[in-house]
Amino acid sequence: MDYLKAFLIGGIICAVVQIFMDRTKLMPGRIMVLLVCVGAVLGFCKIYEPFVKFAGSGASVPLLGFGNVLWKGVKEAVDKNGFLGIFMGGLEASAIGISAALIFGYLASFIFEPRMKK
Amino acid sequence: MNQVIGSQSISFGVSPYLISSGSVVGSKESEGPLAKLFDMASQDDLFGAKTWEEAESNMQKEACILALGKAHIPPEKVRYLFGGDLLRQGIATSMGIEALQIPMFGLFGACSTSGEALALGAMCVAAGYGDYMLAVTSSHFGSAEKEFRFPLGYASQRPLSAHWTVTGSGAFLVGTEKSHIRISGVTIGKIVDYGLKDSQNMGACMAPAAVDTIMQNFKDFGRKAEDYDRIVTGDLGYVGQDILFDLIKKKGSDIRTMHLDCGMTIFDQKTQDTHAGGSGCGCAAVTLAAYVLPKIKKGEWKRVLFVPTGALMSTVSFNEGASVPGIAHAIVLEHC
Repeated sequence: MDYLKAFLIGGIICAVVQIFMDRTKLMPGRIMVLLVCVGAVLGFCKIYEPFVKFAGSGASVPLLGFGNVLWKGVKEAVDKNGFLGIFMGGLEASAIGISAALIFGYLASFIFEPRMKK
Repeated sequence: MNQVIGSQSISFGVSPYLISSGSVVGSKESEGPLAKLFDMASQDDLFGAKTWEEAESNMQKEACILALGKAHIPPEKVRYLFGGDLLRQGIATSMGIEALQIPMFGLFGACSTSGEALALGAMCVAAGYGDYMLAVTSSHFGSAEKEFRFPLGYASQRPLSAHWTVTGSGAFLVGTEKSHIRISGVTIGKIVDYGLKDSQNMGACMAPAAVDTIMQNFKDFGRKAEDYDRIVTGDLGYVGQDILFDLIKKKGSDIRTMHLDCGMTIFDQKTQDTHAGGSGCGCAAVTLAAYVLPKIKKGEWKRVLFVPTGALMSTVSFNEGASVPGIAHAIVLEHC
């Protein structure tokens, strides 16, 4: 059941983003930035955490979840370290996600060659 | 006789001849409507190289060799070469034609480069500066995506309004040696900018420039649309063509029956998923070489206006919010 929820929720988020890609003139980069910002705002509004508990990876894997992770990290660091927490929290909380993306991307570049688009 | 006519054109007293051409394309073009017409079509878009940029250079060299070979002219007999491409600092051209050891002029006209190179080559021959000139240009989907959008390895999605950069190179030997196609005149375009900033809609950015040069050509030569069997633009695409017709209609002319766009001709939009149509310097060049020139040679089309357009922006100018200026150069090709 958890798997089904994660799959459906994650899929819906991706589908909504795809509609943005197809129907608006927004560039892909801008859409990704929008997702992260919306996720951070939803985290601030205390909406996203319950959403993650409900949907699991379906909510935490897409970029919306990344925005939420950024927000959480900064919040915890500010609670602990005051003003400096604004600078400390974000990268630390998202380190796993960012490192994974970099490392897997790099490994993939060893195995695969870019090919012409069809 | 006075060859300088009107405000932007030259009507050659003794016409230079378009002696031969070479066209080299990649895999997608070889699956399109013009597949059988190209001199060389490779299924390997790397053309035996390690990078897209090197592949594009290889294409240029091949196109030049093909053009020279058909005319049985060795590179040593070519006085000057005019060439350009879309890449920063024109590396595809420089590295591609290096082996030919012909004195060269590197050009940038974006997708109008084939017109610019042909015009300059023809002008040089007409002025008596040499018997043979080469005009060459190219574009490559892989190198262009890396230059203007994202590297192919990033696997980004492309919007439906995007053009598909043609992987192709066209080379043209222009000279005093008689052939069945002569370049009777040229109209050099000036920059036309309607303030459009949408780099995803190239056709709209370039159409005003095409209108400007076409109308100037009519004015300078004292001609009407009907005096041309075909008016061939480079890569205005489906959207750009509509705008072209509209704008020209407002200026009192109607070119719908004789207009042909290379970007709309080189790919089958329905089956090849090429969105707004083909684009790139190579688009106009290979379509001219493979599709248009044979018809002029046979006499099927007696007088053609070849007017490729270019969008003179850079990735920097676009990111800094500048508009996209357009330019178009017109070459008058006649059967003889």
